[in-house]
Amino acid sequence: MIIGLGHYLTVAAIVFTIGVFGIFLNRKNVIIILMSIELILLAVNINLVAFSSFMGDLAGQVFALFILTVAAAEAAIGLAILVVYFRNRGSIAVEDINMMKG
Amino acid sequence: MTYQTLLGYLPAIMPELVLGGGIMLVLLYGVFRGERSLISTALLTLLVLCVAAYYVVLGASDARVLAFGGSVVIDPFASFLKLLILGASAVAMIMALEFLKHEKLNRFEYPVLIGLSALGMLIMVSANDLMVLYVGLEMQSLALYVLAAFSRDNTRSTEAGLKYFVLGALSSGMLLYGISLIYGMSGTLNFDVLKGVIETQGMSIGLVIGMVFLAAGLAFKISAAPFHMWTPDVYEGAPTPVTAFFAAAPKVAAMGLFLRVLFGPFEAAVAQWQQIIIVLSVASMTLGAFAAIGQSNIKRLMAYSSIGHVGFALLGFVAGGEAGVKGVLIYLAIYVAMTLGAFICILAMRREGRQVEEIADLSGLSTTQPGLALALLVLMFSMIGIPPFAGFWAKFYVFLPVVEQGLYWLAVVGFLASVVSAVYYLKILRVIYFDDPAPRFTEPSYPGNGVLLAMSVLFITFFIFWPAPLLNAAGVAASSLVK
Repeated sequence: MIIGLGHYLTVAAIVFTIGVFGIFLNRKNVIIILMSIELILLAVNINLVAFSSFMGDLAGQVFALFILTVAAAEAAIGLAILVVYFRNRGSIAVEDINMMKG
Repeated sequence: MTYQTLLGYLPAIMPELVLGGGIMLVLLYGVFRGERSLISTALLTLLVLCVAAYYVVLGASDARVLAFGGSVVIDPFASFLKLLILGASAVAMIMALEFLKHEKLNRFEYPVLIGLSALGMLIMVSANDLMVLYVGLEMQSLALYVLAAFSRDNTRSTEAGLKYFVLGALSSGMLLYGISLIYGMSGTLNFDVLKGVIETQGMSIGLVIGMVFLAAGLAFKISAAPFHMWTPDVYEGAPTPVTAFFAAAPKVAAMGLFLRVLFGPFEAAVAQWQQIIIVLSVASMTLGAFAAIGQSNIKRLMAYSSIGHVGFALLGFVAGGEAGVKGVLIYLAIYVAMTLGAFICILAMRREGRQVEEIADLSGLSTTQPGLALALLVLMFSMIGIPPFAGFWAKFYVFLPVVEQGLYWLAVVGFLASVVSAVYYLKILRVIYFDDPAPRFTEPSYPGNGVLLAMSVLFITFFIFWPAPLLNAAGVAASSLVK
């Protein structure tokens, strides 16, 4: 079987969906939400690199590098906020994040 | 692209260069001066913002200048929004000083973070490429996440930061997924090339899905319903001056970006995106009107009020054309003046050394502090849209093109939403003017906020006599976007 563009896009779509569901269905831990966010960004990267490779256009791969960099910065900030939150509340369970109703 | 041409592009992005370089210097200064340097770093950041604004004015021309291989664009539309963003950032920074001093938050990072997010916003409104769009948006968002959690010993503030981070990251992910599909279907990241592709080949199903994801990501950033869930919690939890900043500058930048994307590359796809925007607009206007009625916390109420205002501004998108875009720009400028004024009043609500946030705390303000009560009266009347205040003209200029387009039902929905929203604005005024007086608020120790509040109120009251500068600037900006 030849692996074509469609296969890559399908994998990316599945990973993206897992990421989105991971954010909404997870009731346990904020760390899992951070992992889900990384999954979403990785799905985008698979998409971009697959398109870039199949079209022979480099811009998509450059974009993927930018996303990797920003994802690292984003994870650093997310973990930092999580640490200060844990200091105040003593818990990072998702159901405990309810000081304000929304 | 050779070294020579790269250097040649630098004058075009002078405002961003000045802001980026200046903020780095301010950061160094803050680190060397240590903890007690909030006032001096704030003044230096103000200077940097002013110099950046000077270069925006200097570089403004009627021409459409492209830089860096067409990935950055400088046109009157970008210049108009940049000035608005820089102004809103400067005001949001200055009005915070008193609050930060009282709440023992006087750390030099606050002005630095405001400056960095303003830099991200300038990049956003100048973006002419999906990659630049993303980098600008993330630069803004990363600074905003930290600002929301700025009061790091406060549970509510850190919770606001955490919620904003999770939903902001999700929205960036959706936006990126849309971008990846648009790139794959069109083979380009550049707005101008993309526009050509859509005009010649039409919208394929992949491009439509990509555009919907992109629109959903941007709708999160402007907090349009049904993507508004984070707004009330973040507005309530974040420190009050940070909330004021959130309600002003990032909204302007994200709306500008939304306009640039929809009226730039996706101009030919108006049939597809118009329905999305109508749904966003109607949902935001009605939610903003009805959900705010039951609120007792004034910051939470302002969150719903800002969702409603975004809905009104989106009406201009639906109408389209030069008049519609002009309406959106006028609305944004007046909205920023109103919302910053309202938050200065909220910041003045201090009693016994702490900030109070309930609407009931304002009771009888007209007898204890008549000046503040009068300012709130003008601001609330303007937010409802009662003539002759500026808020009426803001609504007038977005409703007019909608009616001209024959979308009468949409104008009627907007009008009804604005009538319903009058209920909660007038509830605040009833508490202020007819309830028994509560103890006085603590007098502020700096005159700065009073001056800013007076400027906001005077602008709103006397806009009707001198509307020409704003109307002309918005008209020139709109005509540069919609040709």
